[in-house]
Amino acid sequence: MTLTDQIICIALAALANFATRLTPFLLFRTEAATPDFVTGLGRFLPAAIMGMLVVYCYRNVNWLGGTHGLPEVIAGVVTVIVHLWKHSLFLTLIVGTLCYMLLINFIF
Amino acid sequence: MQASPPATRQETVRFAFNSSLPIFFGYVILGTGYGLYMHNLGFGFWFPTIMAAVVYGGSVEFILASMLVQSFLPGNVVLITLVVGFRQFFYGLSMLKKYRGAGWRKFFLIYGLTDETFVVNYSLSIPKEYDRYSVYTLISLFDHSYWVLGAFLGGALGSLIGKEIPGMDFVMTALFIALAVDQFQKEKDHLSSASGVIVTIACLLLFGKTYFLVATLLILVAEYAVIYWRQAKRGDQNDTD
Repeated sequence: MTLTDQIICIALAALANFATRLTPFLLFRTEAATPDFVTGLGRFLPAAIMGMLVVYCYRNVNWLGGTHGLPEVIAGVVTVIVHLWKHSLFLTLIVGTLCYMLLINFIF
Repeated sequence: MQASPPATRQETVRFAFNSSLPIFFGYVILGTGYGLYMHNLGFGFWFPTIMAAVVYGGSVEFILASMLVQSFLPGNVVLITLVVGFRQFFYGLSMLKKYRGAGWRKFFLIYGLTDETFVVNYSLSIPKEYDRYSVYTLISLFDHSYWVLGAFLGGALGSLIGKEIPGMDFVMTALFIALAVDQFQKEKDHLSSASGVIVTIACLLLFGKTYFLVATLLILVAEYAVIYWRQAKRGDQNDTD
């Protein structure tokens, strides 16, 4: 690819990516133009999306080989426990991440 | 009870900055990994930096980087970006109400609607004295700058860093887990959360890593359509009673 080709690709990706974010706002500009179904969907989806994103983070785990996802699962459970216990986002992030780093660098 | 006076600009910036801090760590770490990845593909530091600023979508940028070293297939670039970015359409749907009335700031809010910014802005409870549009916009801009900073560091210091410290990127997983736990604790029923987890796992197994999010979201929309239809039916019956 020449530099021009690369610039074209980057511009296209930027436009396509922005389009996926922009479309709902263009389709449903005002409250009156937003069907009840869409409003309801906007209330129903976020909780599901949060669950989806957690699973998304685990998409590259090799469950059948290697460490069978044990470090990821252990660190995930530790993250949940620390968060339920202290409810401090920073503490949760630090303990969860350190736990995972220790597990994969020294134990598994 | 006395209403608190509106927050000053400085207080608003501080509140937004503090709310964006978890993303600071996540984006600088992940962004550095991305810059490093492009460095190792042979790109100069300004490539990941400009791509981070302009494209601004984590997973899309990794894929795009690998496509830039192959033959020129602009159609494929658009297609893959749309498939990977499909989920963001639903972030927009979920933020329609919160972002309505933001005026000129809406451009930045929409441009910055990444996974992380969506989850943080959606979950955030903003005290009355702050102008919520300013808070949302500042968080979006802070997040964007963290991502660009990370990409720049990874791209510029690539030869110094060489390799990532394995496991640091778990910070993003931990962030999503923590916010999902908060959501789970504050919601009245768990139908949506549970559906999100179960449907995504099923789709990952069935459709594989490229298409599972698209499939998941379509199934979730179908699920809500059923719920909506049943509620409407019940509503009609109540009317006739």
